[in-house]
Amino acid sequence: MGGRGVTATKTPISAPAEGRPDGRGGGKSRRRASGRPGAGTIATFITPGLALFLLFVTVPVIFAAYVGFFRWNGLGGAPTDFIGLDNFTELLHDDVFLGDLWHALLFVVMSLVLQLPLSFGLAMLLHQRFPGRTIFRLLFFMPYVLTEAVTAVLFGLIFSPSRGFADALLGAVGVDAQIGWLSDRSIVLFVVFGVLSWKFFGFHMILYLAGRQNIPDELYEAAAIDGATGWQMFRRITLPLMGPTVRITVFLSIIGVVQLFDLVYVLTDGGPFHASETMAITMYEQGFQRNRIGYASALSIAMFLISFVFALFYQRYVLKRDLAGGLTGSAASEGSRS
Amino acid sequence: MSVMTPRGKFLRNTGFYIAAGITTLFVAVPILFALLGGFKDNQQLRENALGLPNPWNTQNYTDVLESDSFWQQVFNSIGIALVSTFIVVAAAAMVAFVFARYAFRGREFLFMLFATGMMFPFTVAVLPLFIILRTLGLLENPMGVILPQAAFGLPLTIIILRSFFRAIPGEIEEAATIDGAGPWRFFLTILLPMARPALATVSVLALVASWNNFLLPLVVLQDPNMWTLPIGVTQFSGQYSTDTARILAFVMLAMLPALIFYGFAERHLISGLTSGGTKG
Repeated sequence: MGGRGVTATKTPISAPAEGRPDGRGGGKSRRRASGRPGAGTIATFITPGLALFLLFVTVPVIFAAYVGFFRWNGLGGAPTDFIGLDNFTELLHDDVFLGDLWHALLFVVMSLVLQLPLSFGLAMLLHQRFPGRTIFRLLFFMPYVLTEAVTAVLFGLIFSPSRGFADALLGAVGVDAQIGWLSDRSIVLFVVFGVLSWKFFGFHMILYLAGRQNIPDELYEAAAIDGATGWQMFRRITLPLMGPTVRITVFLSIIGVVQLFDLVYVLTDGGPFHASETMAITMYEQGFQRNRIGYASALSIAMFLISFVFALFYQRYVLKRDLAGGLTGSAASEGSRS
Repeated sequence: MSVMTPRGKFLRNTGFYIAAGITTLFVAVPILFALLGGFKDNQQLRENALGLPNPWNTQNYTDVLESDSFWQQVFNSIGIALVSTFIVVAAAAMVAFVFARYAFRGREFLFMLFATGMMFPFTVAVLPLFIILRTLGLLENPMGVILPQAAFGLPLTIIILRSFFRAIPGEIEEAATIDGAGPWRFFLTILLPMARPALATVSVLALVASWNNFLLPLVVLQDPNMWTLPIGVTQFSGQYSTDTARILAFVMLAMLPALIFYGFAERHLISGLTSGGTKG
């Protein structure tokens, strides 16, 4: 989820740094006079990408928005049984969906409280010059490159119910228990969160590390000359200048949680009894297994709206400072360039 | 930076290696469990879960490596990833080229259109996508996975390539134009070769995205001969659910290509992933 997630942030972050926001650079007008391509040429360049995009991204999304207002099993031509907002009303009274929202909220809170701070700490650690830090960096990022579905199969075996590997590990430290890691409603969410953290902490760590490397050393040298302590430097230089990166990782975490599917679907199938279900799993089951295409489409739209409204809100109120002319991150990296 | 006493330095080093060591255990133990578990038999897995295999049993790995289905899935995954990557990079490079270097009516609108594509996660669109693929007769067809994957990869690829293409000085294009090169020749023989680092980055991102894709092949490809590796692994684990050792061997072998690829393309992968997040 991280990989796709980053995409959402490319625009705002790079925008202030691009010197020519309208694409009109210095020598452009002269060149255009000599050899400006005609509309036909431009159309040829754009058409393949545009056609692909319209057919497989734009049309499906519009289609989903339309189908969400119908009762439809997906068969026999276009949907005809228009039911207005009934699907959405049902959604708001669906305990499974409300549970999904609750799980998403818990995952977000746990990420913000545990996963991100730990990744941040590790990044600060790996930024120091220690022998072997390159190897640690490679190693910590490794889980992120593994396929989610394959990771889930592996952890399904680790947390297997009958004296699996996790129980054996506990036994080695003196706890003799058979825990229903994935079958106990009260702990399954925490186990899933542990697996998610295993998979994704390296991604956040790498982003923090890159953000930390963008802070120019001169600031620390100047602070050291002024007699600042290590903690003061961290508090007054590192933390504020890491702000943009932190805000981006918070954003990516939240968007990622809303879209969570592969890992949880394979690991628990949302069970036991929907205790670890996510919105995407509910959507998949309603749509592909029960053929309630209209209802599942309404759920898709809800997922989209949640991400979209959150993204708008977040960009408007939280990322605003980062976009408004690079007071923080871009100013610092700009400074290091000059 | 700051001057440290030897004692302070010792404490710092110790702290570093303790924290790094704990994290290493956290990361490595599950992978070692798969690697070593594949060399055990099921009795050993039950009775000697934590120790080294004794005796080392290569049966699980050789069984998987000798099965046709494993290689078929590797082949399918690689094929789908390569074709998807080629399509998305080629189409995106063409679009990014005109976005970056020519002013024309509707450019901003088209750019916005592509950029909004990033707001739609795959999961949101998969259901209508399935219906459209069914209408087009692309179910049970690798293209039914390839084309949507490429389409969803377009926005990010276009945005990365556009900013790279913009950075190439206008004088080079001027010189090419004076030498009689049209847009196509400039694009193919000058711009693309100059953009090799950016092309490598976006290609790595597209390869990884395709290699890891699960939901789309899950709904599009029902025929076991077409399964990609992620689908194959999950189906295999369902089919042999009692044979844990063999599943571990399969899981390990399925992870291996990604790990090897990561070893080689680490720099491109990380620069691609962080280019969005941090370059101020």
